[in-house]
Amino acid sequence: MAAASPVSGEMLTAFLLRLADDHLILGHRLSEWCGHAPMLEEDLAMPNMALDLIGQARSLYQYAGEAEGKGRDEDQLAYVRREREYVNCLMAERQNGDFAHTMLRQFYFAAFMQPLWQAIMSSTDARLAGIAAKAEKEVAYHIRHAGEWVVRLGDGTEESTRRMKAAVEALAPYVDELFESDEVSRAVAEAGIAPDPSTLRPAFDAIVGPVFAEAGLDWVETPYGQTGGRQGRHGEALGFLLAELQYMQRTYPGMTW
Amino acid sequence: MYSQGLIGAKTDTTEDEAFLAAFQARVDAEEKIEPNDPMPEGYRKTLVRQIGQHAHSEIVGMLPEGNWITRAPSLRRKAALLAKVQDEGGHGLYLYSAAETLGVSREEMTEELLSGKAKYSSIFNYPTQTWADIGAIGWLVDGAAIMNQIPLCRCSYGPYARAMIRVCKEESFHQRQGYEIMMTLARGTPEQKEMAQDALNRWWWPSLMMFGPSDGDSQHSDQSMKWKIKRFTNDELRQKFVDATVPQGEFIGLTFPDPDLKWNDEKGSYDFGPIDWDEFWRVVKGHGPMNRERIEARRKAGMMAHGCARRHSRMRKNGKPAAKRRKWRRSEPHDEEPDPPLGSFYPPAQRAGPQALRFCSCRRRGDGASGRARCLYAPG
Repeated sequence: MAAASPVSGEMLTAFLLRLADDHLILGHRLSEWCGHAPMLEEDLAMPNMALDLIGQARSLYQYAGEAEGKGRDEDQLAYVRREREYVNCLMAERQNGDFAHTMLRQFYFAAFMQPLWQAIMSSTDARLAGIAAKAEKEVAYHIRHAGEWVVRLGDGTEESTRRMKAAVEALAPYVDELFESDEVSRAVAEAGIAPDPSTLRPAFDAIVGPVFAEAGLDWVETPYGQTGGRQGRHGEALGFLLAELQYMQRTYPGMTW
Repeated sequence: MYSQGLIGAKTDTTEDEAFLAAFQARVDAEEKIEPNDPMPEGYRKTLVRQIGQHAHSEIVGMLPEGNWITRAPSLRRKAALLAKVQDEGGHGLYLYSAAETLGVSREEMTEELLSGKAKYSSIFNYPTQTWADIGAIGWLVDGAAIMNQIPLCRCSYGPYARAMIRVCKEESFHQRQGYEIMMTLARGTPEQKEMAQDALNRWWWPSLMMFGPSDGDSQHSDQSMKWKIKRFTNDELRQKFVDATVPQGEFIGLTFPDPDLKWNDEKGSYDFGPIDWDEFWRVVKGHGPMNRERIEARRKAGMMAHGCARRHSRMRKNGKPAAKRRKWRRSEPHDEEPDPPLGSFYPPAQRAGPQALRFCSCRRRGDGASGRARCLYAPG
């Protein structure tokens, strides 16, 4: 990475919270399938991926809490912020839809995260590099698992193809947001902590392209992508997710579980 | 899976007295009976019923606990619960595989579950209303399961006994985890303690019912004991459970909802009050608070993805390029069975479903997933 310039604790915290929220919210979505998957093997595989994501979120929240320096622990960050304070990407909060939709969302997110984690492994920030080293192995599995489903469903029956195509349509507006660049992402990039997301698009395309080719899927261009997650502007579904997620912490504040 | 070649295999035995006596002698000598060994039809049927019921219990049991994954109170608890429920799914998988060694397929067993012909543990027909229920289930339900399952590690049927060894290790971890949740609550705020007590009040009696009818009323006990499928009677196991569990509850300051529960010095165990067998039978017969929802949830989980997977694998094997494959699909008639409707929650061709899918997914593992991944994603 480029020669490092120091980053403020505030910028680092903002960056870590984005990553942590992405992982928590997507992990939560995935965990909604537990016990309801279309086959028993997926009832094992989806919680596996959800556990990876929640584990990564925990490491990131712990670090964010320390970087912030206000004494907030992982649960205070995960559970007792307000909706506008969550800075996950919109892709992560999208509702599960059908299995095809869930798998494509997982595939996209993993294809975004793999090059990001790989770059962070040589970060100037040793703690984050450590988190990345573990996460990178996990995300490789997510790409493989979800990617194989994209192929199987995309190049499967008429019905599965229809569903996978519908998922491609439905998620297309949420892809570009992943690669947005702003003052936070530029600050951590300049400090050599993590690459700016805008530089990751070619790596993402290199992962998604061959899978789409094998799945017989066409990329869908959207003239106007959805954006706002990084500023806490979310869709309507997130509030309900948070209502569930936060239920215990809100009903019984300040207790130990 | 290794057992699939056995599905639908010929299972007739000539059950003359010499055959039965020779079989019994093997059992009495504590030899393990293995899938290809001759066995009485009744032995096979008993095991299929019992292992199937056990597998279904693991799968249906994912639902009441899964009900709290999205509301778990901390990230640590959320991860632990997710892992626990996943373990139960894994147990279901081992058990279906163990049952398959007896010649019955997973989809046959699933069909019996959905039709109501096969039973599962009735405890899962009660709702999980509060977070403390997750503690109570781990502590009591997994605790009761362990009492049942430890002796099954010595079951005469080899595949079942071996599956139980790993299952018991995991269940024992779950039981401690559940107890730890209860302990945290019992030592927490008054509200938390009340939540724990309320959960114990609701789950105690159904947990005692998990051991099944009293010995006098149990249809299957005698022969199962003789064949060493079972090692202890229902009442013996229930007593062991009460004796082990009551001191644990008292240790964390909880009370049991049974005025007759008291230590009996003479017999060296607890006396406890009468079980409401009417409630037991009512719930077994489908009239518990959650029976309908549980089966409906399993039905909906369905097979949305099947068929397509098989088709793609088949075509990969042929090694045809994607465009050509698509053309082939449009222009040529199906040379094999029609693909079932992907996405339907009520697929008419349900029988063909999970088996085909599972086959696909196993094949995937078997032929080296990493090789396949390399092929999927260009190196670099």
